[in-house]
Amino acid sequence: MELNAFALATQVVVLIVALGALHQPLGAYLAKTFTSHKHLAFERVLYKLSGVEPRADQHWKVYLRSLLAFSVVSIVVLFAFQLLQGVLPFNQGNGTVDPWVAMNTAVSFVTNTNWQTYAPETTLGFGVQMLGLAVQNFLSAAVGLAVVVALIRGLVRAETSNLGNFWVDVTRGALRVLLPISIIGAVVLIITGVIQNWGGTDIHTLVTGAQQTVPGGPVASQEVIKLLGTNGGGYFNANSAHPFENPNAISNLFEVFLILLIPFSLPAMYGRMVGDKRQGYTLLSVMAAFWIISTALMGWALAAFAGTGTSVGEGIEQRFGANGTALFATATTLTSTGAVNAAHDSLPPLGGGLALVNMMLGEIAPGGVGSGLYGLMVLSVVAVFIGGLMVGRTPEMLGKKVGAGQMKLVAVYILVTPTLVLLGTAITVSIPALAAAAPAEGQHGFSEILYAFTSAANNNGSAFGGITSSGPGLATMLALAMFIGRFLPIALVLALAGSFAKQRKIPNTAGTLATHGPLFAVLLGGIVLILTALTYFPALTLGPAAEGLLK
Amino acid sequence: MNAYGRQLFTAVRFLLCTTLILGLAYPVLVFGLGQVIAPAQANGSIVSVDSEAVGSSLLAQPVTGVDFFYPRPSAVEWDPAGSSPSNFGPNQPALLESIAKNRAEVAAREKVAPDTVPIDALTASGSGLDPQISVAYAQLQRARVAGATGLGEAAVQELISKNTNNALVGFLGQPSVNTTTLNAALIQARRAR
Repeated sequence: MELNAFALATQVVVLIVALGALHQPLGAYLAKTFTSHKHLAFERVLYKLSGVEPRADQHWKVYLRSLLAFSVVSIVVLFAFQLLQGVLPFNQGNGTVDPWVAMNTAVSFVTNTNWQTYAPETTLGFGVQMLGLAVQNFLSAAVGLAVVVALIRGLVRAETSNLGNFWVDVTRGALRVLLPISIIGAVVLIITGVIQNWGGTDIHTLVTGAQQTVPGGPVASQEVIKLLGTNGGGYFNANSAHPFENPNAISNLFEVFLILLIPFSLPAMYGRMVGDKRQGYTLLSVMAAFWIISTALMGWALAAFAGTGTSVGEGIEQRFGANGTALFATATTLTSTGAVNAAHDSLPPLGGGLALVNMMLGEIAPGGVGSGLYGLMVLSVVAVFIGGLMVGRTPEMLGKKVGAGQMKLVAVYILVTPTLVLLGTAITVSIPALAAAAPAEGQHGFSEILYAFTSAANNNGSAFGGITSSGPGLATMLALAMFIGRFLPIALVLALAGSFAKQRKIPNTAGTLATHGPLFAVLLGGIVLILTALTYFPALTLGPAAEGLLK
Repeated sequence: MNAYGRQLFTAVRFLLCTTLILGLAYPVLVFGLGQVIAPAQANGSIVSVDSEAVGSSLLAQPVTGVDFFYPRPSAVEWDPAGSSPSNFGPNQPALLESIAKNRAEVAAREKVAPDTVPIDALTASGSGLDPQISVAYAQLQRARVAGATGLGEAAVQELISKNTNNALVGFLGQPSVNTTTLNAALIQARRAR
């Protein structure tokens, strides 16, 4: 399939116009939502039933403890739900889920990863999908929003250790932000052809007369939050390549829009909350630059491979073509979504490699809901620190000192994900029984394993699907990578927020390194690239780079 | 109860309440909206021939014989009970073998030179259920179908055009022909004769 560069560019422009028009209004709405002191009537009922004291301002440790308690409870409940599926209603004849798969899936959905080691069609009924997985799609995204809001409060507040109320933040993120957009988005998806019903239709096929059941299910309601919350767990095995999840090129463009909407609007929220819109614009420009360049490179990787070797076609939907595939594959790996509209395993070597690099950037361009912005803010602290060293001043971030204590937290944050990725990959390839899960020969087998751990530790969830991760060994290792890759960075971010909040605000002086403007944007972009290149270059050389060169 | 216990108890109750809103009320509301605004799509875009449901216009179907248009190869044999790509790596020998096998099959069926077979006829889609084929692959099959059905090339060409996606969708993705609706139209045209 040939890449139509004009069609790809047109869709990028459409997205820039749409997101450009919406990011400020949505950012303003987000800022208002998370700074308002008013509780809506139904929220007060929810707090009362749950035993939440919404006026309590939580110390960062209490905020973190609430977050962890909620996440652990969510994992346990989702795990139990799958084990009990056989005796619960709405299972569509699906029985108890294999415990290793259920454990992996529970961790996967609560950590906003949505790695899928199961084939949904033959594993899960409406009940688990709707009452279990889709609920976590909302809540895990709301948790991401809560964390970034808490970090921003740390910068804004002074001489306190309190960061707000976790329960209130999650409630508002889920019910005031994600839910209304999801309702509108689900209706749009239904109009394009996505299904929303409670049962399939029995048919006899046209030509062979074979009996088939056209599948049914509450797909649109789950599809929209899968993308909007940068989750990525498909209702069907083929994910957004399935015609009932993504019926045509228009729905494809809309789905990419949903993926990018909130992550690209969060900088505007940030700018407003810190009282300086330039701060938001600077981070936004770094995110946008990475996204546009990466989309162009993905287009080039597909275009260059067309007509050579096996050409471009395997694993790609005819209705999206190479343009729709490049657009989606870039957006899904630069955010923490991990939904796919094509088999990433079959992408040209450099295309698959680019998907890997996108995740290795740490998913900050624009990144997952909440996690993208807090990731980029942590990297901003690094940029401020390095800038401070260059000019020989104590580095400051928005009037807060970046000292040894803060840098220790930041350094550990930066090391967590690469450690998980490289250690997990190394262990897997050195144990033959585990490496056998990726049966592809040579470099491609290595790429499949590297992709799996990169995806899990970065909470992305897309896969080189040739790998089988349902066995106890890989299911456990990947679940650990997802869990640690999600909650250790969150703990460090909240600790950082607490340490910022405790400080007094130092007024800006002429010698302060400005955290806005083109100079800082270039510094930040460079730091993102250098950190990735130095960390992952050897592994990338062994996998996709070697594949691309040796073919 | 200590602080940890209280947090866990709160978490359980909070999860239960939000599940009722996000897991139950929300999908039911979307279902209702779908049934009012776009019931045909919400229920699976079902295609009927003589008011008998024969499939979904969005899903490919298995085809045999010489008087129909073939969809692309499928890793799941066009069975919508599952959906999957082949997951062959781009340079994997298995992919080369599968492409060579498909090339020989299509060339023999359509009686054309193997190197004229378009790439979409040789490769499985990501879902295994994509009903769309390239315009080139539809043209390749036109003569065979026109001959076998006796409808004539012009009539078959008209049906192909009618089942080609519109200009906008064709531009954003690529121009494609829907084999499921095209084959349904073929059956209707033959019955009408």
